[in-house]
Amino acid sequence: MHKNYLEISQVGIEFPTEAEPFRALQNVNLSIQQGEFISLIGHSGCGKSTVLNIIAGLYQATEGGIILEGREVDEPGPDRAVVFQNHALLPWLTVYQNVELAVKCVFKKTKSKAEIREWIEHNLELVHMDHAMHKRPGEISGGMKQRVGIARCLAMQPKVLLMDEPFGALDALTRAHLQDSLMEIQNRLGNTVVMITHDVDEAVLLSDRIVMMTNGPAASIGEVLDINLQRPRDRLSLAEDPAFNAYRQQVLRFLYEKQKNPAAKPKQVESASKSEPKTDKVSAPEAA
Amino acid sequence: MSTATITSKIAKLQSLITVANLLSALEKTVKAAVLPLTGIVMFLFLWQATASNIVTSLGQFPGPGDVWDQSKILIEEHHAEREKADAFYVRQEVRNAKKLAKNPDAKVKIRPYTGKATYFDQIFTSLYTVAFGFLIATLIAIPLGIACGLSEKVYSAVNPIIQTFKPVSPLAWLPLVTMVVSALYVSDDPYFEKAFLTSAFTVALCCLWPTVVNTIVGVASIDRDLIDVSRVLRLSWPVYIKTIVIPSAIPLIFTGLRLSLATGWMVLIAAEMLAQNPGLGKFIWDEFQNGSSSSLGRIMVAVITIGIIGFILDRLMLALQKRVSWDKQAIFR
Repeated sequence: MHKNYLEISQVGIEFPTEAEPFRALQNVNLSIQQGEFISLIGHSGCGKSTVLNIIAGLYQATEGGIILEGREVDEPGPDRAVVFQNHALLPWLTVYQNVELAVKCVFKKTKSKAEIREWIEHNLELVHMDHAMHKRPGEISGGMKQRVGIARCLAMQPKVLLMDEPFGALDALTRAHLQDSLMEIQNRLGNTVVMITHDVDEAVLLSDRIVMMTNGPAASIGEVLDINLQRPRDRLSLAEDPAFNAYRQQVLRFLYEKQKNPAAKPKQVESASKSEPKTDKVSAPEAA
Repeated sequence: MSTATITSKIAKLQSLITVANLLSALEKTVKAAVLPLTGIVMFLFLWQATASNIVTSLGQFPGPGDVWDQSKILIEEHHAEREKADAFYVRQEVRNAKKLAKNPDAKVKIRPYTGKATYFDQIFTSLYTVAFGFLIATLIAIPLGIACGLSEKVYSAVNPIIQTFKPVSPLAWLPLVTMVVSALYVSDDPYFEKAFLTSAFTVALCCLWPTVVNTIVGVASIDRDLIDVSRVLRLSWPVYIKTIVIPSAIPLIFTGLRLSLATGWMVLIAAEMLAQNPGLGKFIWDEFQNGSSSSLGRIMVAVITIGIIGFILDRLMLALQKRVSWDKQAIFR
């Protein structure tokens, strides 16, 4: 029964532009099992975020569709919580109130007031943010904000946790701390996670499978790499693990040999019809 | 050097530092006050110099000194009028007491004093009128602005109307408002004066727009991520508006409200002049019609009063904004 918990089938999307519709994705197919941790990796502008937004229901696929636990998904909902790159906390609410807003949306009818309170506190403890419960987002650091963003999503008990470059805006050290926290939480709760990342090390460290995407337009899934590393994983010992490094090599080879950075080589045949929708900077993944 | 001498030297240094700190604080205050004061003094000189060169049919144009004298006279008149009123009520009570002493069943009445409104009464009337007009405008403008900001369709439908009515002068509205109020507000025992309603509605019509326009911009520029959060959470419309839309838009809503209040206060004086609402506008108009040698001085007092009240109203809105704003680090000016 755990097979094909989340099914992405034949998904394609077109965005209307002034000239002609821009085809961002084509033929995206992926089956995800319950409790699996999936990373989506690819160059900027390849449509990773678009895939995530379609799963979230924030975008509508032009063709194909998403099936979650046997039901089609075509609008956003709290069963698919999204961790945004820039935390997206409400700056006028405290940390506690931010989580409360989400919890009340999901559990208002099923939990009592005391239970709701307990549940919010429990989730803030899970991300080690219970000490700053009554601070506003403006008073805490970027890493802490992202922790709260994760707590807000966990507290919704989503079927799938969608993370859009959750650690992309953080410094390397904070990022490592958060990755460890995320691994610890996923070990405990067994969430199904789909995460977008630019960072090869992060993808190998966290994922069960890495989904590598081809360059757009009309991007699709290039390769899928299974990561068979023992859990719980430890970043220090993995750094010297030949298997870990072999996985890294494979992802890097895909990104820099098979799918060359479209921004670095503008005169490629594939990108002849250029109308890139995204303007965000291409940041080369760091090799640590 | 012994420890004792070192300690005493440190103590001396510390006291020097304290003195220096005090001096620098004093310097800052003086600096902060010097420029505005210089400006005011220069303005007064310029005013005096210009005024003494202008002779009108009502005599010399008032200089600062004349205006000062007139403002004292206005205060005295206020006190005199209040004393008259008190005396009037005392007389009535005495008369009623006598009546009751003669015949315990006699019907006694206290009649209200109907003397002329003093300058302070007129200021109060103006404030009351502008507050009423501004309140009506706000109650219409904020919901309208939110609706337009949230929906592209509503915006497209309403925007041409906003743009058309925005630049209309209060003087153009006034005759229409006067006739409409006369026609529709018919009552034997009116709670509001017609002149009051006419002035307040004219104020409302003119000070609606800055709040509408700024609220639209504020609501339309909500962070995309926050909109996505609300969609993921499936927030209901009332919760969405309360927890996301209004807090995001509050800085611009207040910018609009402050502009609106300033506009309303400006419009009010013109409206009161023509509608004969017994406020500062009517005061100026009556003084102008009166045409005595002190009239221009008294009008100048009103001009300065209007300016100072406008300034205070803006500061009050700013204080309210600081209270309501969630971002205590924001710089307000």
